[in-house]
Amino acid sequence: MTDAPPITNDMIAEHGLTQDEYSKVIEILGRNPNLVELGIFSVMWSEHCSYKSSRHWLKRLPTEASWVIQGPGENAGVIDIGDGQAAIFKMESHNHPSFIEPYQGAATGVGGILRDVFTMGARPIANMNALRFGHPDDEKTRHLVSGVVAGIGGYGNCVGVPTVGGECNFHHAYDGNILVNAMTVGVADTDKIFYSAAAGIGNSVVYVGSKTGKDGIHGATMASAEFTDDAEEKRPTVQVGDPFTEKLLIEACLELMRTDSIVAIQDMGAAGLTSSSVEMASKGQVGIELNMDLVPVREKGMSPYEIMLSESQERMLMVIKPGSEITAREIFQKWGLDFEIIGHVTDTNHLVLKSGTQTVCDIPVPPLVSEAPIYERSWVQPPPPAPLPTSTPADNVPIEDALFRMMAAPDLCSRRWIWEQYDHMVMTDTVQRPGGDAAVVRVHGTEKALAITTDCTPRYCVADPLEGGRQTVAEAWRNLIAVGARPLAVTDNLNFGNPERPEVMGQFVGCIEGMAEACKYLDFPVVSGNVSLYNETNGSAILPTPAIGGVGLIENLRNMTSIVLPPDNHLFLVGQTKGHMGASIWLHEIGGVEAGNPPPVVLEIERKNGEFIHQCIKEHVITACHDISDGGLLVALAEMALAGGCGADITVEPNGIPLSHYCFGEDQGRYLVATKDKIIIAEMANKSGIELTYLGESGGNTLTVNNRAPISLESLRNAHEGWFPEYMAG
Amino acid sequence: MLSAIIVFPGSNCDRDVQVALKQSFGTAPQMVWHAETELPAADLIVVPGGFSYGDYLRAGSMAALAPAMREVSKLAQKGVPVLGICNGFQILCESNLLPGALIRNSGLRFVCRDVYLSVENPDTVFTRGYSVGQCVRMPIAHHDGNYVAPLETLDCLSSEGRIAFKYCDDKGIASEVANPNGSARNIAGIFNERKNVLGMMPHPERLADPALGGIDGRAMFEALAGKVFS
Repeated sequence: MTDAPPITNDMIAEHGLTQDEYSKVIEILGRNPNLVELGIFSVMWSEHCSYKSSRHWLKRLPTEASWVIQGPGENAGVIDIGDGQAAIFKMESHNHPSFIEPYQGAATGVGGILRDVFTMGARPIANMNALRFGHPDDEKTRHLVSGVVAGIGGYGNCVGVPTVGGECNFHHAYDGNILVNAMTVGVADTDKIFYSAAAGIGNSVVYVGSKTGKDGIHGATMASAEFTDDAEEKRPTVQVGDPFTEKLLIEACLELMRTDSIVAIQDMGAAGLTSSSVEMASKGQVGIELNMDLVPVREKGMSPYEIMLSESQERMLMVIKPGSEITAREIFQKWGLDFEIIGHVTDTNHLVLKSGTQTVCDIPVPPLVSEAPIYERSWVQPPPPAPLPTSTPADNVPIEDALFRMMAAPDLCSRRWIWEQYDHMVMTDTVQRPGGDAAVVRVHGTEKALAITTDCTPRYCVADPLEGGRQTVAEAWRNLIAVGARPLAVTDNLNFGNPERPEVMGQFVGCIEGMAEACKYLDFPVVSGNVSLYNETNGSAILPTPAIGGVGLIENLRNMTSIVLPPDNHLFLVGQTKGHMGASIWLHEIGGVEAGNPPPVVLEIERKNGEFIHQCIKEHVITACHDISDGGLLVALAEMALAGGCGADITVEPNGIPLSHYCFGEDQGRYLVATKDKIIIAEMANKSGIELTYLGESGGNTLTVNNRAPISLESLRNAHEGWFPEYMAG
Repeated sequence: MLSAIIVFPGSNCDRDVQVALKQSFGTAPQMVWHAETELPAADLIVVPGGFSYGDYLRAGSMAALAPAMREVSKLAQKGVPVLGICNGFQILCESNLLPGALIRNSGLRFVCRDVYLSVENPDTVFTRGYSVGQCVRMPIAHHDGNYVAPLETLDCLSSEGRIAFKYCDDKGIASEVANPNGSARNIAGIFNERKNVLGMMPHPERLADPALGGIDGRAMFEALAGKVFS
């Protein structure tokens, strides 16, 4: 071991380790670490890599079902979609980098999640995202929206994977901490899935992709601390992406995967070469020895410390079978990518790094991983939301005016400005484009398709984490149901504030409990995910935002519906309407108040109503369907009408509830459906004990409620489409 | 009927065109790697969309120098039909097989959406499945689709029937509002003098399958496959 300068308390603090954690490092090594080793412990034990605050609670989430091939713990989750095929997917955050440098932060977020998916052998077929920005009036918001959207598009468009949808909210709570959660879905053959466990003593460890530079050093540590006013100064820790190299890497890896040469493969994401080599060794219960001098580098004189902690993008680490080196090298050379054998698998269980003749690191891998700290952070029940006021200015606003304002509100208006910057059609399998309940992407060369959605309602989660967690899962499930899919599994991206604050930890615990309950009840297991904590600036935390990415299967595209409303159909409401106004968009946008409990999700009814819709779609009883969520019934109807360019005339009987509450209440478990056959749907509902309400007829070019003044679709469209481009034009 | 698709590092619509061609031609097109110095016999060569060489330097500029493109130029001069879509159009301009250039969209942003096109000249091997003035729908997806050329070139393109498609509204009017990227004279696609080379920004292969919401693009591939005689 080299003579190294002693590690000082300042160095320990700069590496984000506590004194207790540092004592553990000494205990594991039986000596003081050198700087390289300190760096490796620091990133491996960062919140980002070790999940030290969240791991205890993540165990509550259900992860199994007969169709789950691989749950959490690998690069991505894997589910069986029949015919020998699997869907592989995951969602991951790139929040901190995106706030500092929105274009590159968001772009590399997409690059990282793509690699997680194709590492496992899947061809990526769709990208999604879940974005949260500060209030539109905050001075940074426009700049951040513009950069993040351009970055997501810039990367995905070039790589040639369609970005098929997502969600986007605005709220003051994100002023200093935006959320950029990116999701990729891929498809592979079930017998050609690749894992990360290294094996075969003496096998070559191969580095492929881009060269290693000094970018992104300590990104994982940055993502594990809250921002102070110096956030801007952290820019050098943001990585720079090159989607062109990523595209080549995808093609080269998929080509090599067809040759039976790979033993194990792992992308270099957060904490780069460190986490990839440690994870491969740990999963395979072997050791790995790497020669730092062989790592392709962008500039001369990079130290082992920099090489190990660099987060340069578009790199992968592989263990390949003996004798396959030449084939593998040829494939990577054809694609113009670096290919270097930088080490080998050993039986020592140690991560050993050599530089010149010196050993610059020698860490036993099992304790580095298994003895990573786990904290059972203390938590308190978050305070209840402000009570629902007895009256608000919204009470006197006619429903037509309220509808116009809501359809043009930042949280409900059309996201066309965003998704027109994403190539959402490349690969020519996007059968439902952005704007509906879920994106639908055909499995290439088949008649089946995957439905994909991202969902979370942070205003519910902050009002009541348990209910909000439940609702987030239920809404994702409902969105998949609404297009005709059988919901199969989810990936989650848990974005919260500082877990060392008991009230934030209380939000985390509540959301997890709610999600776990809903996932269990709806047979909708969690197969992959990511936790992003410390999303706060100067002690002010984001809204709890456990984003969910749901995936479902449409076995045959003939059994698919969309929100596109056709004329001359009967409109029905499925589910019970009580006019729940707590934590609603109406209350916020029209009443100017954030108050009240979120609408309760009754899982039993949720499931029953969903199964009813699924059956109706399968039997071709309904021609269009939309889940009723943000903004309630009238917003759902307006969205269907705009999508179809077709009006409607409905009559509602609120039965004692104010008309505006009936129209804009956000009661859960509801769908709005169109049907050609009034009688069949009524019979089916009757048989299944479903609450079904006839509303009226579709047709014309206006919306009319209870014979009041008709609302012109054209002006509604202008309001709905207008906000985003006008706001961005600033 | 045989067809070939040139594949560059960074091409990403090669498979999409492959599917569309197979559907119309009945036989799978041959995929030709950019480094090839000889091309297979083909009745049609397609230069597909994507980001060849990452669009570095300038969209299409590096691909124009690829060995395979030298062969494409030779075959184009012999009269073999060559279709360049999106990045393919940019490459054909950079190769001087077509006049003018494609610069950054006037709105400065990437634009992906369906547009309407008016068919300006249906008397070519590419467009004979359409009728003159017909309004067809096809998607665009590009950042650099703003067609520019010297005035005399534009006049020449107009007078020689070398404008293939113009961006228009759903009534077929080539208005300013219907122009998604600022292209001169709403130009969406142009021919070479001999009209055996077509470059266009819209993607016909993206609407050649009813499951994707339309088949207006299919008529081009059917025509190229010799299935349409008008």
